[in-house]
Parts: sequence; C-alpha cells; structure tokens
Amino acid sequence: MTTRGDLDIIRKWVAPTSRVLDLACGDGQLLYELQKEKQVTGYGLEINSQDIEACIDKGVNVVEQNLDRGLGNFKTGSFDTVIMTQALQVMHFPHLVLEEMLRVGRQCIVTFPNFGHWRCRVHLAANGRMPVSKYMPYTWYDTPNIHFCTFRDFEALCREKNYRVLNRMVVDQSYQNGVFANVWPNLMGEVAIYHLTMAEGES
Amino acid sequence: MVTNKKPDKAMPEVIPSDSVGLVEPKAIWFDQPLALNCGEVLDGFQLMIETYGQLNESHSNAILICHALSGHHHAAGYHSMEERKPGWWDNCIGPGKPIDTNRFFVVALNNLGGCHGSTGPTSENPKTGKAYGPDFPVVTVSDWVSSQAMLADYLGIGQWAAVVGGSLGGMQALQWSITYPERLRHAVIIASAARLSAQNIAFNEVARQAIMSDEQFLNGRYLEENTIPRKGLGLARMVGHITYLSDDSMGAKFGREMKNDSLSYDYNVDFQIESYLRYQGESFSEMFDANTYLLMTRALDYFDPAAEFGDSLPKALGNATAKFFLASFSTDWRFSPERSREIVDALMEADRCVTYLEVDAPQGHDAFLMDIPRYTRGLAAYMNRVAEDCQ
Repeated sequence: MTTRGDLDIIRKWVAPTSRVLDLACGDGQLLYELQKEKQVTGYGLEINSQDIEACIDKGVNVVEQNLDRGLGNFKTGSFDTVIMTQALQVMHFPHLVLEEMLRVGRQCIVTFPNFGHWRCRVHLAANGRMPVSKYMPYTWYDTPNIHFCTFRDFEALCREKNYRVLNRMVVDQSYQNGVFANVWPNLMGEVAIYHLTMAEGES
Repeated sequence: MVTNKKPDKAMPEVIPSDSVGLVEPKAIWFDQPLALNCGEVLDGFQLMIETYGQLNESHSNAILICHALSGHHHAAGYHSMEERKPGWWDNCIGPGKPIDTNRFFVVALNNLGGCHGSTGPTSENPKTGKAYGPDFPVVTVSDWVSSQAMLADYLGIGQWAAVVGGSLGGMQALQWSITYPERLRHAVIIASAARLSAQNIAFNEVARQAIMSDEQFLNGRYLEENTIPRKGLGLARMVGHITYLSDDSMGAKFGREMKNDSLSYDYNVDFQIESYLRYQGESFSEMFDANTYLLMTRALDYFDPAAEFGDSLPKALGNATAKFFLASFSTDWRFSPERSREIVDALMEADRCVTYLEVDAPQGHDAFLMDIPRYTRGLAAYMNRVAEDCQ
C-alpha cells in the first residue's frame, strides 16, 4: 500500500547510520533507500513471499516473521527506530503493537489511513455505506483493515499512553502536506504519519 | 539427511540440459597432520570431492557444499549413463539452477569419517593394517571445518563466495562463519540448528543403540569379521527416516494403505508404510557404514558453537562477517523453524546481515532437498546476490 510519498517523509525522520526495524517492510524500498542514502542498518519483517523476494533482489535484510506473533524475539531498546507503514490498521491489537514498537525501538514511525478524512465522512454520510477509496480499496467483509481510526483517535491514544509526538504529518492523496491538511488535519489528511517516542524516554 | 528416491526412478537416456552432466569424483590426500577436538591427531587423510563449474580468474566464485548425516561428495550430476539417480542435491545445483554452475565453481566433499571415499572407519588404519572401525576418532563439526579449510587451501580458494548446507551441513556453514570469518562471504544455512534439542539427541541415541545392540556389530569390528550390523543399521535408518518426514507427508504418501487384501494377524508387513520403512532400512544398511553412522550422529550431538561463548549464540557470532541466508520448513519437526529462528534472532542481536525464509511445506525435514517453488525461488534470488558479489 505504500507509495513513494510517505516514504519520502519518513526518510527525513530517520537518523543517518541508525539501526532500523521495518515492520511489514513490503518490497524493501524504504530500507533500500535508507541503506543507500543514510548508511542505515537493520531488517525488514515481511510474510508476503513476492515482497520477500523483492527484498532479497535489492540486497535488503528481510526476515520472514508474522507480526501477529509479536516482537518478543527482539530485546528492549535494540533498535533506534521501528517503522511500520500502512499496516497498523491490519493488526489485531494495534495499541499493543505500538507499545512493542516503542519497547524495541527508542523511536517509532507509523503511518495509517485517516478514517476521519472528509471523503470518508461524505461517503458514509451520503451513501450510508463503508468508504472505499484508493487507500482503502476493500469492501467491509474482505478487508484486511480491521482497526480503522481517525487522526484524533490516534492523538487520544498517544496522550493516554504517554507517547511524545516528535513529528506528525498528514498528507493528501498526492502526499502533499497542503495548507488545508495543516489547518484541518482530521478532515483533510488522508494518510497520517507519526514519529513517536516514550514521553519519559530519550528522544 | 538424504532419502533414497524411489527405486524405479530411472536415469534418463539423455542427460537433462540443466544437469552438470557426467562427473568424476577425485580423491585428494593431505599430508599435513590434523589435530582433532578429541585430542587425537590424524597424520594424514584423504578427502573425496567433486567439483562443478569453473573457478574464475580471481578465485572468487567458489561455493562449498556441506553434506548432511548420510550425504557425500556426489551432490549433482551422474557418475555414468547407467546411474539410476543424480547426486543428492541435483535439484539445486546445475546450470541455471539456484546454485548456478554457469556462475559458480561448486565444491562438494565427503566429510572426514565418512564412508564414501574420505578417510573414515572403513579406511585402513596405517598402524594396524586393518580397517579403523571403532578406533577411528570421533570427529566434530569443527574438525570438519578445519579439514575443509585445508581443502580450500589446496584448491587455491582464499575465500568462499558461500558455504552452503542443509541440516548437519548447515551446522558446518555456521561453524565456518565463526571459525574462519574472513574466509567466506555468505553462509547459507537450511533446515538446521545451532545445537540439538534433547529430543534430537534422544533420537540419535536410539539409532546408536539399535546399531550397537546388533549381534553383528562386534564392538564395531564387524568388517574384520566380514559382516555388517545390517539389522541395527537398518533400524537406525528407519527411526531416522520417520523423523525426516512429516505426519502429513507420510499420510499423503501411505495413509493406512495395506500391502495385502486382508489383515495377516501376525507381525509381518501389513501396511505399506512398514514395507517402505523396511526397504529404506535394508537398502541403507547395504550402502552405509555403521561406525560412520555412529560418528555422524555424535557430531550432531556435540555441535554447540555457543558453548565456548558462555552459551551466548550472539556472542559466538560476534566476529562473523559473512552475510547469512537461512530457511526452514513449517512441518520440519527434526529441525523445526524455531531452531532456525534461534539463529536468526542471534544474528539480528549481533547486528549481522541475515535473510530468513520460513517456507510452508508439507514434506518435513526432507523438504530442504526438494524443489519447492517458494524455497527454490528465494534461494535462487539470494544466490544471485552471492554471484553479484563475486565480480
């Protein structure tokens, strides 16, 4: 589901030579670019066999591991940054995944589709049916996206869990951080990108 | 842990184009003494090898294939047009195959202590003029790696492009990465483990007891009496064979299929699986040496590279510089995916480069020898990277 846009933004937030764990890394494009441009080391976790082969072709370290099995095999604080793009909404327990990401990594970066975007609202209001869009192309019964949230829902979770937001960005379809998205993020932002750390921890 | 293919599989009249073709084994004698972990020293020894493909000018494209418990140097191709089946890993080694002999110079050997031409229990002991038999020292995975390093020197290979092995062969690749970090660029470890579990050792012990309790074993001196512990070795193989297959694959292949129309109400063969196992046991006992079987299972038991590093596998791998590829198979209960994951986790903790595939496959441990599309594709993709690193 990731396209270049959100990856471009994430790349800026990852420190050079840091150690990165990319959850559901897809074809490994992000890690590949981070390795090349920022001498980052690390691993991608993935279960899709075509994606795994694409990672191997790129020379990206990819480990076949189902995220629903958790991150119990990683030590606390063993990575600088743990990244998960466009996969939070398919997790069975997104809040526990976030917790684990911030245990294993000193920082984490997550992206997810904003269910509070005006198009979703209009779609639901006008049609009375679950929204289907470029980022959410599935119907309700076959969607892997089982935990949708809005931008504001996510902010509330961060406050509750005491996560400090280092960076946040909402982008529209073309991954532009437009004026409207800044003013009314929950209405105008289609994809949310968050850079978090534990509030009492180092950043 | 090589299985015997079905006996009816006939050699094709024309050698397939993706085969390395007719190959010839070669015996190499080493004059240098080899000090073994057990304290004994071999004054000299022979290794039987086969090679496929061409060594490039910079000697950078050599791949070492390490064999499993009952394997040997004949990993690919055919010894003659009459040979019924190709080498044990022909699925994987050949022109255009994952271990592509158009790009790599592939070296396969029979390990020290083996019974296919390398110095082992069936070789003549220079001190007695008789077969070593039980007097052949117990060798370890480390000893094998030392002897393989001498082989690399002999062949003029300073650094392997990759050391590759499945099962016990994977243990050798792992040991290589620890003992000679600078002498390999990649370690390919398939369906293997960093140490055996109690259950693994237990199976090996049953196999050894089966052999040693055979009346014909004669304390290991059976060759001097012109006999072999056929029953015991066959039984050991039967037990082993069960552990190489999965319940699913046995069920699919045999189920409860009967040999005859009605039950015999005695203890002869009623079920196809009994017949199959007996055949496997009998044919294996004719072609494999019992003392070698004991030795190989002991090498498996003793393998534990983390032991010298305070039981920390990440520490053991701390000096490794190779990049790693691991694969495991979902129904493998001999070396389950958990065993491979232990290695992968240790590598990630040690900040080493690692790629890991966990392949859904019904074939059990033997899956590593088979052409399973996802596994073959993944390995081919990785070996392609290995080849690119050779330039």
